[in-house]
Amino acid sequence: MSAATATIGSVLSLRRIPLAALAVASLVLVTTALVFVFYVAPNDANQGFSQRIFYFHVSIAFTAYACFVFGAWKAFRHLWKRDPRADLESYVCVHQGTIFGAMVLLTGSIWAKISWGHWWVWSEDELVLFLILYLFYCAYFMLRFSLDPGPQRANLSAVYALFGVVLIPVSFAAIRLAKEFLHPRVFTLSGPRFGGWILVTYCIAQAAMLVLAYTLYRIEITGKRLDLRLRELRDVMA
Amino acid sequence: MTTSEKYVTAAYVVVFAIVLVYVLLIALKVGRLDREVEELERRVEQAEETEEREPTAVG
Repeated sequence: MSAATATIGSVLSLRRIPLAALAVASLVLVTTALVFVFYVAPNDANQGFSQRIFYFHVSIAFTAYACFVFGAWKAFRHLWKRDPRADLESYVCVHQGTIFGAMVLLTGSIWAKISWGHWWVWSEDELVLFLILYLFYCAYFMLRFSLDPGPQRANLSAVYALFGVVLIPVSFAAIRLAKEFLHPRVFTLSGPRFGGWILVTYCIAQAAMLVLAYTLYRIEITGKRLDLRLRELRDVMA
Repeated sequence: MTTSEKYVTAAYVVVFAIVLVYVLLIALKVGRLDREVEELERRVEQAEETEEREPTAVG
């Protein structure tokens, strides 16, 4: 078995983790992250206490990107393999990404108010591009719910989710080529521009957000599948 | 509490408020699904009772 196959296999086996264990892991990780953010991580030399927003703001942003990428992967599986579960999974991933995206915008806006004195700066391309990405995925739901359930809705939603993932590298990487900016760049091609307890705290916060997102994803998809099965059962009994 | 501390607290409160609202919405949905399952169970029981009471030809 190749290393790639083994990695894919281990990712797929996440489905076997009980939901209760995931919920406990989320709680423990989020609590640990909060302890590290407020009691272990040192104050930033330039921004002081306000830099502590970074730990959740950035990890939530990467989690949102991960949700959109995973949603696109599921959309691709729907179009390629005609996997019957993939459409619903793609939808739930995009839904999670949008929720985490809203958190990115809100926490970023609060951080901007402390650092720059404004809630929003339209001249800052990274902010505007993330907003475009967010609105693009909001429009995904308008498209999805404007169509009747069925193959057409699943196919169009999948194509839309695949187009959306193209915006992620644009939002994340292209702006790093800009010469003038306000938004801090902590991840560069030569690695993160921080270390020590800041890096440890960030890694814990990132793990906490990823596990939290996956837990919420599992809860939502379980509910949606149950809802679908109930509808089918009701139709049979009618 | 300094202004900086207030804003940081607000940012974390926003995150937890959103997660809390999401979990509450899911909990409401699970409650609805639970009621629907109960209703379906009741209908199944009624259907079974009706089948038992149906008259059958004797002799």
